[in-house]
Amino acid sequence: MDFSLTPDQEAFRERVRTWLQLNIPGQWVRRAMGSSEVPRPEAYEFLRDWQRKLWEVGFVGLTWPKEYGGQGLSFVEEMILHQEMALLKAPSILNILGVGMAGPTIIAYGTEAQKKRYPAKILSAEEIWCQGYSEPNAGSDLASLQTRAVKDGDAWVINGQKVWTSLAHLADWMMLLARTDSDAPKHKGITYFLLDMKLPGVTVKPLKQLTGDAEFNEVFFDNVRVPESQVLGGVNNGWQVGLTTLMYERLALGFGLQVRLRIALDGLVEMARHVEKSGRPTTNDPILRQKLAQLWIETESLKYTGARAITKLLRGELPGPEASAGKMVWVDVHQRLQELAMEIEGPYSQLVAGSERAIENGLWQYSFLRSRANSIEGGTTEIQKNIIGERVLGLPKG
Amino acid sequence: MGGHIGPPIQTTMDFGFNDEQELLRSTARKFLENECTSEFVRKRMAEPAGVTDEFWSKMAEQGWLGLVFPEAYGGSELGFVDLAVLMEEMGRAVMPGPFVSTVLLGGLTVLEAGSPAQKDAWLPKIAGGRAKAALAWTEPSGRWDAAGVTTTAKPAPGGWALSGTKLFVLDAHLADVLVVVARSAETKQPDEGISLMLVPRATPGLEVRLLPTMDQTRKLCEVTLNDVRVEAAAVLGSVGGGWAPLARVVERATVALCAEMCGGAQRVLDMTVDYAKIRVAFGRPIGSYQGVKHKAADMLVDVENAKSLTYYAAWAMDENVPEAALAASMAKACCSDAYRKVAAAGIQLHGGIGFTWEHDLHLYFKRAKSSEFTFGDATYHRERVAQLINL
Repeated sequence: MDFSLTPDQEAFRERVRTWLQLNIPGQWVRRAMGSSEVPRPEAYEFLRDWQRKLWEVGFVGLTWPKEYGGQGLSFVEEMILHQEMALLKAPSILNILGVGMAGPTIIAYGTEAQKKRYPAKILSAEEIWCQGYSEPNAGSDLASLQTRAVKDGDAWVINGQKVWTSLAHLADWMMLLARTDSDAPKHKGITYFLLDMKLPGVTVKPLKQLTGDAEFNEVFFDNVRVPESQVLGGVNNGWQVGLTTLMYERLALGFGLQVRLRIALDGLVEMARHVEKSGRPTTNDPILRQKLAQLWIETESLKYTGARAITKLLRGELPGPEASAGKMVWVDVHQRLQELAMEIEGPYSQLVAGSERAIENGLWQYSFLRSRANSIEGGTTEIQKNIIGERVLGLPKG
Repeated sequence: MGGHIGPPIQTTMDFGFNDEQELLRSTARKFLENECTSEFVRKRMAEPAGVTDEFWSKMAEQGWLGLVFPEAYGGSELGFVDLAVLMEEMGRAVMPGPFVSTVLLGGLTVLEAGSPAQKDAWLPKIAGGRAKAALAWTEPSGRWDAAGVTTTAKPAPGGWALSGTKLFVLDAHLADVLVVVARSAETKQPDEGISLMLVPRATPGLEVRLLPTMDQTRKLCEVTLNDVRVEAAAVLGSVGGGWAPLARVVERATVALCAEMCGGAQRVLDMTVDYAKIRVAFGRPIGSYQGVKHKAADMLVDVENAKSLTYYAAWAMDENVPEAALAASMAKACCSDAYRKVAAAGIQLHGGIGFTWEHDLHLYFKRAKSSEFTFGDATYHRERVAQLINL
């Protein structure tokens, strides 16, 4: 067991820190994301520029091979980068689904032409990606998806609908799962496509969420013709390719979300120092101290669970179903953190952005509401528990 | 397909166990499966000794009683991560006997605070299984802080006179020597004026009473000291300077206990998953029902969180990093809750059979409870975390 870094890694940490100190734009928090993970509309252009700057100095795509635009570094450097970004409260990137999911999956399964074409533009935020998995009748039971792709000459013709598609209104490309063989068992007849969102027949309709934002969308496909060169990982192999994406997604959660959680917790402690309850700072209230300390402990625990997962990767093992546990814990801790923010604010928790009486301009009200989605998006908590039960513990399927 | 996308890795960071540690784990598991069966544990529960001489000698032969002692004192000079591995296996076997009291409390205090002569006198004997030790620290107030130490040490001809009552003392009835924590001076700061005294159990005025305990695998005593006379040479470390070394020992013992708790919790999870695969209700194994499956998943998450914080704390002890105290409290807060919850869920998922005396689950459930309160429960350690992060 060893947490020490090599001299190169120490130097990398120093380089990241120095660069961030010089380059993080002042007052970005108000304009950008607060403690949410998904970019808010008013921050899109700002975050695109920010990601481009990070990419230009080589701080995006650390673990990707150099020939595809990455840096050829290890997950340790990736971890260092995220830690430093958290410590200095740096903004996240815009193309989170591209960098976290599409790129790694293309590098793992793509043809040489695909690997040359897509990953570099993902890193530079030149092309934004969204994920076309969920459908109105296929959420947790993803494999029953009904969007259909039918072969016609050298193209596939897509018809159907996706839903809850984050960033689709911005996206240039979609990771699309569609049914290519309706006679095969449901997991065997799915193909993974790299879909150009500008093709004729693609319609994006914003979907307003309970936060009032429209961060995700419905996407309709009406006879969309996709060239066969856009299949990733082989026809009818989409389920396996799609699962790889999800494993990388949960792994990316392990790196990125733990530190976002820490930023949110630091922010919450800071807020708690300035809010009074019964005439004293809430940080002096024994019950709230217990709750804050508990969140601190669980946030640290996620960090070390993440370190154990990284160790497995460094030893050459694949990201496994254990990542489901990390996702589930993160969700639980983050939702309780947001609940606690409301508890600390007390009656002020009712006031939102727009009221000058609102604490921190209503930042926490937004993130509290947004956090309800955490246990649904990226696989519901119930599905994560099924995965843990069946694939980690080996319990029989229901 | 879909494998690792990065380059070959050149790095030092590794948050896993090495080959020697994995070997220690498999050796310990095999040894304890043979020597520390449920039948053995139950026999020890029913009698005061809590261990047999034969078992204790075998532990010494394996080198486990001196695992973290320096070689010069008959030890193997291994670290706390190694110890954590061994403790996990002991917890898995719900091993009875005076390991915590002798090695982690008495032994480590001598190692931490003792003079070369004191270490020479006790550590090789402890490592060799020829002597047992205990730490007489906590009192009827049940406090874990320095202010809880009210037993007095007053200067007497040639040494000191000790008076007071110690409670919740692990295995004092078995110990050849007790480390008594006493207040040798009244000071403004409660952590000043505390001294550690080596007191042979046979010293006149020292009385040990074994207490009936819920967890029969852990023997607790009340120790009364009525004008107990010890020589000046009995003091471990400096007079009045006992709290700092004691706190370091307790931190280390806490982390080791956490590892034992992780091992116990993992065993409960294993037993429960095995049972859920074979027990049939309404025509299906109960593990196929989400009501059972999801509870098992929650148990796994609790166990994994506990391990993550415990392994980190063990590493922090070995490396003596500045946040070692914080790491220990985070681990204990987590383990105290996790083991209790996992053990209770294990009983629930077993149904009626889990509530019987015959089934081993109650041994773990009760060990979870005694461990929860040893060295401070979750509430105590969360408040400590709050202080250490300057909340």
